[in-house]
Amino acid sequence: MLFMKTKFLIIILLIFNINLSANENIGIDTKIFKNLRCLVCQGQTIAESNSDFAQTIKIVVRDKISQGSNEKEIYEFLSEKYGEWIVYKPKFNYINSLLWISPYIVLILGGYLIFKYFRKRRQ
Amino acid sequence: MKVSFLKIISFCLVIFTIIVFFIALNIDKRYSTENIIGKKIDNFKIKFLSHDQNFENKDLSNDKYHLINIWASWCLPCKKEHPILMKLSNEDNLNLIGINFKDKKKNANNFLKDLGNPYNVILSDTDGTSSISFGVFGVPETILINEKHIVIKKFIGPLDTNDYKNILNVIYEN
Amino acid sequence: MLSNTGNILLIGSIVSTFLIIYFTYQSLKERSFQIKKNIIYWSFLQITFVIASFLLLIFAFVFSDFSLLAVYQNSHTAKPLFYKISGVWGNHEGSMLLWINIMVLFSYLFFVFNNKTNSAFSLYTLVVQNILILGFLIFLIFDSNPFFKILPTPIEGLGLNPILQDPALAIHPPLLYLGFVGSSIYFSAAVAAILSNSNGKNFALSIKKWVLISWSFQSLGIIVGSIWAYYELGWGGFWFWDPVENASLIPWFCMTALAHSVLVLEKRNYLYNWVLILSLITFISSVTGTFLVRSGILNSVHTFANDPSRGLYILIFLSLMIFSSFIIFFKRRINDQFNLNAISKETFILGNNWFMMFYLATVFVGTIYPIFTQVLYNTNISVGPPFYNQVIAPILIPFLIFMAVGPKIGWVKSKFITYKPFFIIIVLSLLINFLISYFLKSYNLISNLIVISSLFLILHSLKDFITNVKSNSYLNLASFFSHLGFGILILFIVLNHNFSEEFDLNIKVGQTKKIGNMEIKFNNLKIENRENYNAVIGDFNIQDFQRNYLKKLNPEIRVYENPQTLTFESAINSNLKQDIYLTMSNIDGSDFYNIKFQVKPFMLWIWLAAFLTASGGLVRVFLKK
Repeated sequence: MLFMKTKFLIIILLIFNINLSANENIGIDTKIFKNLRCLVCQGQTIAESNSDFAQTIKIVVRDKISQGSNEKEIYEFLSEKYGEWIVYKPKFNYINSLLWISPYIVLILGGYLIFKYFRKRRQ
Repeated sequence: MKVSFLKIISFCLVIFTIIVFFIALNIDKRYSTENIIGKKIDNFKIKFLSHDQNFENKDLSNDKYHLINIWASWCLPCKKEHPILMKLSNEDNLNLIGINFKDKKKNANNFLKDLGNPYNVILSDTDGTSSISFGVFGVPETILINEKHIVIKKFIGPLDTNDYKNILNVIYEN
Repeated sequence: MLSNTGNILLIGSIVSTFLIIYFTYQSLKERSFQIKKNIIYWSFLQITFVIASFLLLIFAFVFSDFSLLAVYQNSHTAKPLFYKISGVWGNHEGSMLLWINIMVLFSYLFFVFNNKTNSAFSLYTLVVQNILILGFLIFLIFDSNPFFKILPTPIEGLGLNPILQDPALAIHPPLLYLGFVGSSIYFSAAVAAILSNSNGKNFALSIKKWVLISWSFQSLGIIVGSIWAYYELGWGGFWFWDPVENASLIPWFCMTALAHSVLVLEKRNYLYNWVLILSLITFISSVTGTFLVRSGILNSVHTFANDPSRGLYILIFLSLMIFSSFIIFFKRRINDQFNLNAISKETFILGNNWFMMFYLATVFVGTIYPIFTQVLYNTNISVGPPFYNQVIAPILIPFLIFMAVGPKIGWVKSKFITYKPFFIIIVLSLLINFLISYFLKSYNLISNLIVISSLFLILHSLKDFITNVKSNSYLNLASFFSHLGFGILILFIVLNHNFSEEFDLNIKVGQTKKIGNMEIKFNNLKIENRENYNAVIGDFNIQDFQRNYLKKLNPEIRVYENPQTLTFESAINSNLKQDIYLTMSNIDGSDFYNIKFQVKPFMLWIWLAAFLTASGGLVRVFLKK
């Protein structure tokens, strides 16, 4: 049993001693393309689209990357020009706060209701 | 009957959602990039159509309104709006800048030869990247900026007589 | 002529629906609960009329009768027969007729199966279901009539959108409709159970089969749709969190929750109220999804020829449905007994429902939030994959563990007697996860944890299966298939998500490009004339130096004439280890082609696991032990 425990610990250490950055094998450009909406298409991202508009955005994003802009700056540049609609991940701000919070409200509320049921039984 | 708090909240939420859906049914859902209105235009550097020199922000005069029109010879609505641009070219207080978008030089010149040239300056954006800074996602699009280079209006799609009147109103207001 | 026949059949359906409601109402008012001959007679006529009108529409599509507007707009004489038929439900009008067919079919079958045992309950169900059918029939006849005539009759049709001309997409709508339109029957049954004061256990028994059937078809429909998106849309992804997809996923969450909690009601007679609520919201969410998709309410650059009056009708119908059903529900409040033990199957099923409601809330809020920001703040936002991945992924971890332990726990009360196998399974999952990150590449913490918990679910299910077989005890094959399948599905989705490689580049004929250890050679380009389109076919060689293989791939650009469209067909080389995926598209004004090249591991496993999951429901329905 002791042997098992040490092995367990070693494995735990190995598991969490890992690189925290995901998707290294996808270039930063593809990652950004996947996060941008192709405005002239039906629900496609820039990465997926074959449209003219997508080709142009791809060139611009790559130019920006080679000029040294980071991901966030590129999103900000494009949403300044085209509106927030172009970015697939909504910012956490006043308007969008309920979007990010409400799923967790449901989660907590559900947990509370189940808990209440059990309490009722005990009484 | 005991009315629970949760019930009232869910009831209100459902009513609210239905009202929002109802309003949303009747609003225009075409997307427009109006974000740049009220902002100063970005620095740009675009080649002339006729030669290899660049045109920049500083080459824009500071005493006139400017109308930046993005067009292409392959775009049919551009033909439609062309007469309006020709009319606007008669206005003294307005500087017309045409940006030729993803086009071939020969076709662009033929287009202007056939239909007339309304532009004071013609630039060429062969790969479409420079137009990004004006929030362009299709042709034709037209942007009206004032003498301080702040965007006043943006028109998506071909200009019509209404837009023509609007532009005249803006430039002769002051 | 055909138009008139079709309209007569539709009027016949509406009359018979109306008469069923009237006669059933009579029988209910007399409190005799007698199933009169005329109810059975008109029910039979109703299903005959409805099916006949559907067959007639198929007939019109097959023989290209362009005097019907729906046929003219969505068909063409040069189209292959198979796609002429699938064109029937490839458009709004025809799909609404299919919708009504499924509602009537389920209504009829439910009535035939249940009227012998509990006549009051089945009469109430019949009347509620027929009110729903009537609502949709009125919508069909006045606002989306598939038998609408045009004069003069055109010689040729406009054709079906080429990306819809595909075998997977031909069967996708009927499967999905059997799922979420089928859920109407337990909506009606729930209202009927409240009105007839039906006993919880009987209610559970009567709807259980239908829940499982609709769940299975909904799952199959979603899978087939994803497979289609994977190879046809040329994006290499299979799930985009698009509003249209979300609209099919939301009812699926409800059905999954219901399929579990209905067991508690059946076995223990608890959770009656909750099962009723779930039965009601499943169909409500289906209609809401239809409203979102059909009304054109969701933002898009192109405003399609969508008719606000359609959206308005569905919205009014939906509101009436919600309010009347919940007023009935709250008026006749049913008192739930409740006596649960913390460690029992009931608790774990509640856990399942808890997670399902969380996923449902996430997807629902994500789908409708852009509408709210537009109406209230006049800003457009996009809620896409990054949002859903970030919110849903972490909560998958406890969910998978719940799913692993749940099936083994007994009803009423159970104790964890054996910690040892538990421990071994955890260690094994950790070890496998470690090997994965060692041999492939490292990935992030959340992915690690999801992989560990999905491995835990897989191993736990297998262990339970083996001990059951050994001891020859009762084996729940359905839950084994579904739970095991789901574990494998999540495992491979996460691995696929983390280890996919994508490259986007421009290339000319004759060029060779090197990416990593691979080389892509663009050999040549040829043009072929096919049945109803021209194809530009690229010939590519993919060589991997490390693994030393050579693959030939031929992606296509198809040029369709009717209507004039370009489609991009991907070339996929698929095996158990990975898919090699290539698409090409032309770049205007240059002789370069834009190609997207992807190496996607374990795609085949994802499909197999998804089918395994879906098979669970059908196993339960058709393989009575």
